[in-house]
Amino acid sequence: MSKTNSDVTSAAGEVMPVILRINGIRHELQLEPRVSLLDALREYVGLTGTKKGCDQGACGACTVLVDNERINSCFALAVQYQDREIMTIEGVSNDEQLHALQAAFIESDGFQCGYCTPGQICSAIGMLAEFKQGMPSAVTENVSGAELEFSDEEIKERMSGNLCRCGAYVGIVEAIRETFEKEAQ
Amino acid sequence: MKNFAYARAENVGMALQAVAQNRNAKFLGGGTNLVDLMREGVEQPDRLVDVTALPLAQVEELPGGGVSIGALVKNSHLAANQLIRERYPVLSEAILNGASGQIRNMATTGGNLMQRTRCYYFYDTESRCNKRDPGAGCDALEGFNRIHAILGASESCIATHPSDMCVALAALDATVHVTGTNGKRAIPVIDFHRLPEETPQMDTNLQPDELITSVELPVLPFASNSMYRKVRDRASYAFALVSVAAALEVEDGAIKNVRLALGGVAHKPWRAVAAEQVLTGAAASEETFKAAAAKELKAARGYKHNSFKIELAQRTIVSVLKTLASEGGAR
Repeated sequence: MSKTNSDVTSAAGEVMPVILRINGIRHELQLEPRVSLLDALREYVGLTGTKKGCDQGACGACTVLVDNERINSCFALAVQYQDREIMTIEGVSNDEQLHALQAAFIESDGFQCGYCTPGQICSAIGMLAEFKQGMPSAVTENVSGAELEFSDEEIKERMSGNLCRCGAYVGIVEAIRETFEKEAQ
Repeated sequence: MKNFAYARAENVGMALQAVAQNRNAKFLGGGTNLVDLMREGVEQPDRLVDVTALPLAQVEELPGGGVSIGALVKNSHLAANQLIRERYPVLSEAILNGASGQIRNMATTGGNLMQRTRCYYFYDTESRCNKRDPGAGCDALEGFNRIHAILGASESCIATHPSDMCVALAALDATVHVTGTNGKRAIPVIDFHRLPEETPQMDTNLQPDELITSVELPVLPFASNSMYRKVRDRASYAFALVSVAAALEVEDGAIKNVRLALGGVAHKPWRAVAAEQVLTGAAASEETFKAAAAKELKAARGYKHNSFKIELAQRTIVSVLKTLASEGGAR
């Protein structure tokens, strides 16, 4: 049994030290193990850009990036995400420069109320990385083949973990497609 | 969510010891099902033993040509793996048809095997459910049972196993490797999950002190011609009404090798043994496919809202076999 183990063991209901690296900044927190990453971000660190929608993995409003992969922070217990690079919507822009997807969402009217937008953008960042790595999807014609085509059908399937109750899907798909095409140029 | 104690295991021995100490302890993987069930009050463990730091996240080709999948390999990583995509496309396709991109990035191979049913009455703690509360009764029998089982159900439980991945594993004859306080054992995946009978609270034959360490895929050259088809109420992010995983090899017009499994129809991934017997050696024709599907579904029984699944399963089996027969070795 190593030293580290005693640092990551708690009795029922006890708060324990949890160190999270969020948008490049280290945060030392005291959390009960039942606190989700979503609640840690919003209620303990004060980063309220990440939204709570369904709190059961269906809507994607809570999507953040962990080591560059998109996840639902509502299902994630914060204590499991120590020593990982967590990125939220607050961390995607470069100083005052919007992320290309943020600019494209504005340009294409990819939202109305904006509640799902932080999750949509974090999800799209992760999704584009998956596509560039050659990950197939449920609508990919031949998973054994090498060639992927970045079609609207692929975007819709790959973004199906993010709901928009305003129904801004046409603008969302356009923003993602145009960002991908600009990057490819 | 009810409070619990938390421990992170750094090796398998420590994980087993931490669970053995507490009868109401559970292993925690990606959390996509367990955390949800805890939030709903369906699962109330006293202690979670986090196994995600264990070194079990590799996909490796075995000396004999099979493939070993570590229990902690993420669903997304497994679906994207080149070996899997080329040799066992049915497995990639099945995984990609489940959940969402975000959930597949969290969910593990072992956790996928261990997920509970999504029967609404199991999730709703106000309803009667023999799986959640043994002996309480089953509100699904006379309730809204559109997504429920048509094969192998009992008066105790008509829930279905929700996994897509496990249906492909059943078709591929995968083996689940587990380690317990009494040592290691290997369980064929088709014997891993249970039918409900009188004990629906037991989903699997895994013992409480046993941990899944890997899943092994056997050498199966004809599985390069395999596929997964999922029929559901929405095009994405919905559980299967019926799904079919199949691999087919046709030689000189006759079926040389076939593997067939169904999802969304039973308490466990349903390996269609009776259909395979009809198919093996017979002409690769629509007539044969229809007869094989009918043989498998002869014992099927529908409830008030799900009798349509019997015909749906019949047609989906035939459609998948026709596709595989026409594509031959091209896939």
